[in-house]
Amino acid sequence: MTLTAVLVLAAGTYAFRLAGPLLRDRLTLSDRVKLLMTTSATVLLFALMATSTLTKGQGFAGLALPIGVLVGGVAAWSKAPFVVVVVLAAVTTACLRLVGVS
Amino acid sequence: MRSTWRTLDAELLRDVAAVAAGAAVSGASFGAISTGAGLPWWLPVVMSLLVFAGGSQFMAVGVVAAGGSPAAAVLAGLLLNVRHLPFGLAVGHVLGQGLLQRLVGSHLLIDETTAFALAQSDPRKAKAAYWSCGVALFIAWNVAVVAGALIGRNIGDPNAFGLDAAFPAALLALLLPALKDKATRHAALLGAAIALAATPFLPAGVPVLFALGGLLVTARARPEVKA
Repeated sequence: MTLTAVLVLAAGTYAFRLAGPLLRDRLTLSDRVKLLMTTSATVLLFALMATSTLTKGQGFAGLALPIGVLVGGVAAWSKAPFVVVVVLAAVTTACLRLVGVS
Repeated sequence: MRSTWRTLDAELLRDVAAVAAGAAVSGASFGAISTGAGLPWWLPVVMSLLVFAGGSQFMAVGVVAAGGSPAAAVLAGLLLNVRHLPFGLAVGHVLGQGLLQRLVGSHLLIDETTAFALAQSDPRKAKAAYWSCGVALFIAWNVAVVAGALIGRNIGDPNAFGLDAAFPAALLALLLPALKDKATRHAALLGAAIALAATPFLPAGVPVLFALGGLLVTARARPEVKA
């Protein structure tokens, strides 16, 4: 890793970030398109959640991670506070790993 | 901005603090892994300040540590960060109106700030959530990276504490309200299935973009009226 590589990655990432808000200013968007964009972000984040739960690299993540996330998800579904959801997920996964479940 | 901070409530701040705590542990591990891979301590620090996207930072350092070229590392990192463009299209309006707010706010556009903003129904609360989450995570992440880089390899594996489960669980909790909408839920499930099926075959970052194919479901369904 070199400083040049860091600067290029930073500039490219910032360009991706700035493009959205700027494009949104320039274009007049119908409510239907705005709704579609909100749905897109939800779809992307949900897919990110799913892949970071079930995969490590290009393979299966093992059982401890998805079980922990599932426990957190059930807690969220039953309206548990956000902090409880996050801590429950982490603690469940950590305990499973402690007893040897990968 | 002053009125923005006033709409913050204790519950939101507590939620943000939980996510920031996770980011801090992850940041410390990033700093330690980077110096462990032979980078000078200041390079992960500069990277964290300027790139501020954890996944792509771990990826870039990992590529180089595995013997890849810096160009390959940049490309892998950029692929992971393409998703920020549609994020900005979705929540760009919550950053604020001024040019400075746009320029600074764009740098804080990450998974967590997008999810926090989307989870709020009231636009003023969405702005408060976006900025408080962004500022808290920026500080927590960068301070932790400095600490991790200076302390070095002696930091244990954060995944032993189940930290890798905390991020997806937090995302899931933040997305649940949006998933109550049937069309959104179907699009998200189909998108996740596509992303998971594509993961073994495509470089990291691309499968998640393919998830947008899930939107085809909503294109056919009649849009539900939202309040």
